[in-house]
Formats: sequence, structure tokens, C-alpha cells
Amino acid sequence: MSKRTSKKKQWIRVDGRQYNELREVKIESGVLPNADGSAYIEMGRNKIICGVFGPREMHPKHMAKPNEAVLKCRYHMAPFSVDPRRSPAPSRRDQEITMVMRFALEPAVFLERYPRSSIDIYVEILEADGGTRCASINAASVALVDAGIPMKDLVSACAVGKIDDRLIVDLGDYEDKKGQSDLPLAYMPKLEKVTLLQMDGIMKTEEVEEAIKLAIDGCKQIYEIQREALKKKYGIDKTKMEEDTPDEDDAGDTTEVTEQ
Amino acid sequence: MSKSNVVSHLKQKKINEVLSTGKRMDGRSLEEYRPLIIKSDVLAKSEGSAEVKLGKTHLMVGVKVGTGTPFEDTPDEGVMMTNAEFTPIAHPSWEPGPPNEDSIELARVVDRGLRSAEILDTNELNIISGKLVHIVFIDFYILNYDGNLIDACGAGAIAALLKAKKPVYEIKKGEPVLTDKKVPLTIRKKPIPVSVIKIGDNFILDPNADEEEVMDVRLTITFDEDGNICTMQKSGSAGLTTDEIKKCINIAKAKAPEIRAKTMETMQ
Repeated sequence: MSKRTSKKKQWIRVDGRQYNELREVKIESGVLPNADGSAYIEMGRNKIICGVFGPREMHPKHMAKPNEAVLKCRYHMAPFSVDPRRSPAPSRRDQEITMVMRFALEPAVFLERYPRSSIDIYVEILEADGGTRCASINAASVALVDAGIPMKDLVSACAVGKIDDRLIVDLGDYEDKKGQSDLPLAYMPKLEKVTLLQMDGIMKTEEVEEAIKLAIDGCKQIYEIQREALKKKYGIDKTKMEEDTPDEDDAGDTTEVTEQ
Repeated sequence: MSKSNVVSHLKQKKINEVLSTGKRMDGRSLEEYRPLIIKSDVLAKSEGSAEVKLGKTHLMVGVKVGTGTPFEDTPDEGVMMTNAEFTPIAHPSWEPGPPNEDSIELARVVDRGLRSAEILDTNELNIISGKLVHIVFIDFYILNYDGNLIDACGAGAIAALLKAKKPVYEIKKGEPVLTDKKVPLTIRKKPIPVSVIKIGDNFILDPNADEEEVMDVRLTITFDEDGNICTMQKSGSAGLTTDEIKKCINIAKAKAPEIRAKTMETMQ
């Protein structure tokens, strides 16, 4: 950290942030009464709501797996979430994000506990401001816990990009469009595993390695915010939690942490 | 390519057993590719084309150069579009219908590699600013599926684009007039995707269909000729540690020049 800090301290981003500073992140869980679990996230100006249903009967039935639950995801942008209006039909981009989101969340869920069933995650982007896939994963992982689904870990996500040959954490819309590259990453902080990794733009190998480190640092900060959101809803006394082993006790009473 | 459970688990066990001896089911070593054969200019009606065979994986790449209106935010720039078609002749489990997730991912990952490397000079594809530009369509047509489509399509795209020609327009009284002349597209970089697959504790390259079916995770990394990374895409329902990511990057980085050289060599 020290080397990076000293080198890049003076340089300030368009919105006044330091290179490794996240946008303000607010997460609230349990926002949709009809869903089994839900979460609302504001990450900068991104506004995203996520609902989780299940485990419930798989539909269509032939898609069910005999040995585990199927995690179904849908990433969807509201027509008014971007400028100009976009069609509500899923684009190729939406379908790809849906897929990588599923890959990002699957390693965290004990799918084998619910054979033949499905767990449905629906993400709706109400307002987009760069980094929606990461914000969606952050919300979805809180919503899964809120639904009482046993999890190995929370999944936290954050992007690192390059602009003016400098690496920056958690790109806003402007930085995303004008930057040289973008590397979204999702991470399970307890299991120390990367579950989403994409990159576009040009980066040297060393820059990629550095970017991964920065993104993981960002994910760890988001992880704490996710935990706070769950503790707030489930009324867990913070001081009491620190008395009993905080490392063993993950976000909320419905979450389980296992060793690898 | 979806996991068919019971069969897959048995297959996975067998493949893992063989991998732990440092060999693979078909006798290859872990980082060995199957023979890559690329023929370019195989189709007359497309502006550029290539036929790729990577072991039993067989596909065609067609480049068509058409015209259209530019995007509002880039009025002087031509457009590149990539699409992958999973034909029902390629595999018994593939059905006709709208593109599925895998075909969208394939097209988008290869597309991002080409785009990030700025392979085409988009300004060169401009005809009349704000009104008319060339649109370069790259279509992958899978004829037989036996794994590793991203790497095969990535190499095939380079081969097809290198031979692709665009029609020349003359501007007469502000109107575009099509001439008989055709000139080659300027190809600025040769980005090559290399997919590293993790099965159990082993990292392998160029998986066949069986290996792809039982893989835990895949990390595709695209390198340009200067060794820069243009694209990464992690796929599959497992996580990777940072050390494993570094390992994948190193394996792919060492292999990319060899695949690029092979792509160029088979062009003769």
C-alpha cells in the first residue's frame, strides 16, 4: 500500500476521489415484501434493486438438476436507467452479465442443499452510473442472505480501471467511458477466491496484477458495508458480536461460514 | 455444454485421474494444443474468410463489409460487429433458435479482444462523416464442436480480417458512388485469446468438448503482440485465488506467440 499511496497521492479524479476511494455505498436489505429476500443498493449514482425467490420448484421442470439447486439470474436495465432510453428487451450485453453474475454467485451458495429446486435472482437497474454489474452482485449477495439461503461467504464486487495511465478503483460512468481499461472483479473475502473477473482495454501484465490487488481491497471495504446492512436488519448487537468470535460469525444469523 | 450430471461426474473422475499423471485422455500434455489448421480466403462472396480446424473443432469465419449510418457519438468512425452462430449440425445437443448464453459470450469475448487491441482503424472506415460508414461484420459459424471455440474463433478472426478487403467509395457531388476497386483493411494488431481451463488442481490448454464439460473454471486472456493483455473473461462456477490467476496469465502469455505464429504461418 505505502508505495502506491506515495506515488499517486496528489492526483485527484473527476469527482474528487482518491485513486483507491470507493463511491459512497448504501445497502438496505429486505426492501421487497413479496420476495423471499431482497436488497437495494446505491453505489454512487447507481440505484439497483434485487429480489430473490426460492428455493422453490423449478420451472420448467426438465431444467432441474437431480443433485443440486439451479441458480437462475436475470440482470435487467430499466428503459429509463440510461440516456437515451433503451429498449426493455434483454440485449446481448444483459445476457452476458446475467451469465457472469451467475458464475460470480454460484460458488458462494450451498446449492447441493436444495436438489431439484431453483433459486431465482432478479436484478433491476433503476439508474445506471458505471459499474452496474459489480453493484448488482453486491446487492444480490445480500438479498440471498436475506432470503435465508445458506451461503459459504458473501460475494463483494468492485471494478478497477485505468485512466491517464493510472489505476483507479470503482469507476464512475465518465471514467468507465473515457478510461483506457476496465477490470470488474468479484471476491469472496473469507474464502479468498475471485469469482468474477473480466477486463477490457489494454493493460500490462503487472498492471493487471496490481489492479486485481486494488479491486480486492475495494471488495473488502464493500464486504463490511454488506455485513452492516444485514446486521441492521437482523438487529444483531455489534458489541456482542465482537465478544464471540467475529471471524466465525458471518453476516447475519442465516449465513454459514465454512472452511474450504 | 451444460453439465449432464451423472455422466459428467464419472467423466470428471476419469479425466482427473488421467490428468494427475500429467497426461490427458487423448494423450496430449497439459499445455499442448491440438493441430491448428487455418485456411483463409475460402469463400468468394465474403470480403474475407477463414476456415479453422482445431482438432475436431471446425468453424468458418466470414467477414462482410457493408455500409450503414455511424453511431451518434462517433460520427467519423466505422463499426465492427461480431456474431457467433451455433449451428445445429455442430453437436447433437445444439438446437436451432436464438443465440444462447455461450454463443453470446463467445462473440463478445472475441469482439472485446479485437476492439480493445484497436485492430481496425475505425476512421479509415468512414465514408461521409455522420452519414455513411463501413460496417465490418465478423461472423463465426460453428460446423463441428469439440471444445475451445474462443481460441479457435480468435485465431480465425485474425486470419479472415488479414485477407479482408473493403469496397472503395468515391464522393461525387456529396453523394457516395460505389467503385469496382477493393482495398485491404488495415490490421493494426493481432490479438490472440488463450483460454486456460482448470479441472481439479490441473490447468490445461485447448480443452476438447469432454474436458470443457467437466471444467471447474475457465479464464480466457487475450494478448497482443507486445505482450499486453487486451481482454480477460472468467467463466464457470468456481472461484480462483489470486495466485491461480497469475498462473493462468503466465501460461497464456507463454502460449499466445506460438498460436499467433501458427495463425500467420498457415496463411501462406
